[in-house]
Amino acid sequence: MGAAAIGIARQRNLFGVVLLSGIYSFLMATLLVVLDAVDVAMTEAAVGAGISTVLLFGALYLIGGEEAKPVHKPWLPLFVVVVTGGMLVYGTLGLPAFSDPQAPIHQHVAPRYLTEGPEKTGVPNVVTVVLASYRSFDTLGETTVVFTAGIGVIALLRRRRVRDRLPKEGDDA
Amino acid sequence: MKLDIILRVIAKLMIPFALMFALYVQFHGDFGPGGGFQAGVIIAAAVIFYALIYGLPSARKVVPYAAVEVCVALGVLLYLAVGVAGIMLGGNFLDYFVLAHDGVHGQHRGILLVEGGVAITVAAVMLKIFYMFAGRQRDADDEEVI
Repeated sequence: MGAAAIGIARQRNLFGVVLLSGIYSFLMATLLVVLDAVDVAMTEAAVGAGISTVLLFGALYLIGGEEAKPVHKPWLPLFVVVVTGGMLVYGTLGLPAFSDPQAPIHQHVAPRYLTEGPEKTGVPNVVTVVLASYRSFDTLGETTVVFTAGIGVIALLRRRRVRDRLPKEGDDA
Repeated sequence: MKLDIILRVIAKLMIPFALMFALYVQFHGDFGPGGGFQAGVIIAAAVIFYALIYGLPSARKVVPYAAVEVCVALGVLLYLAVGVAGIMLGGNFLDYFVLAHDGVHGQHRGILLVEGGVAITVAAVMLKIFYMFAGRQRDADDEEVI
């Protein structure tokens, strides 16, 4: 995965970048299967590796396959990335150990969801219970976000197409 | 692409299974991993696969633009309708316990409907975005190829 990420950063040919990001997504999906998050892995494989790769290829067709030479020197972005990454790593030092049962996240509502959820709702899959029943307002919000994103893309691409067509009909100046 | 017989045969074999898998993920979401979002994405992926192999016009025949556009809103409306139905039957917004005589059955029904709404919206939005991109592509080479 690291190799794929470095390849994406170094590659100038956007076709290769899209392919590498697809490979990265598949590796990520495998990692998520190893972490026992099969539904997330499913989403990652379908969205990350499948649909977004197709969409990026569609975009590549429109914009051409070669990345333009950067206008600025890469030092300032590199500095920002390194500082941000360092801060994130520093933040993870304060987290409880992986799968620590005493971690705050396992003390709050999680035990209630896990013990009461299946009994109260009769649904054995706790993830579905939490998503659709305990946190259904959340999921409604997420669905609305997806809806809004779709409407936004429709609005943007439609408008552009109409504008493209207008000069054609008036025979370009 | 039109003459690529291997791709076309494989696609014909795979797509029904992909759609079936999506339905499995949707309806089995209560018991195994999965749910509305995953099912919607798999449905969209199957249709996009079909469009890649058989071309955009035939995909539009199977899943027309108008249907996709209606479904984008339909999923959210279904979700909201479940919530409002909870109020009408004397509960709170998105309260599933009142949807059936037995509370547990109500939960099952509510979760299924809500996940169905999520699946419809997600599949429709993904497809719509793909259609928008692919449609532009087709417009661009209108003069050259077709």
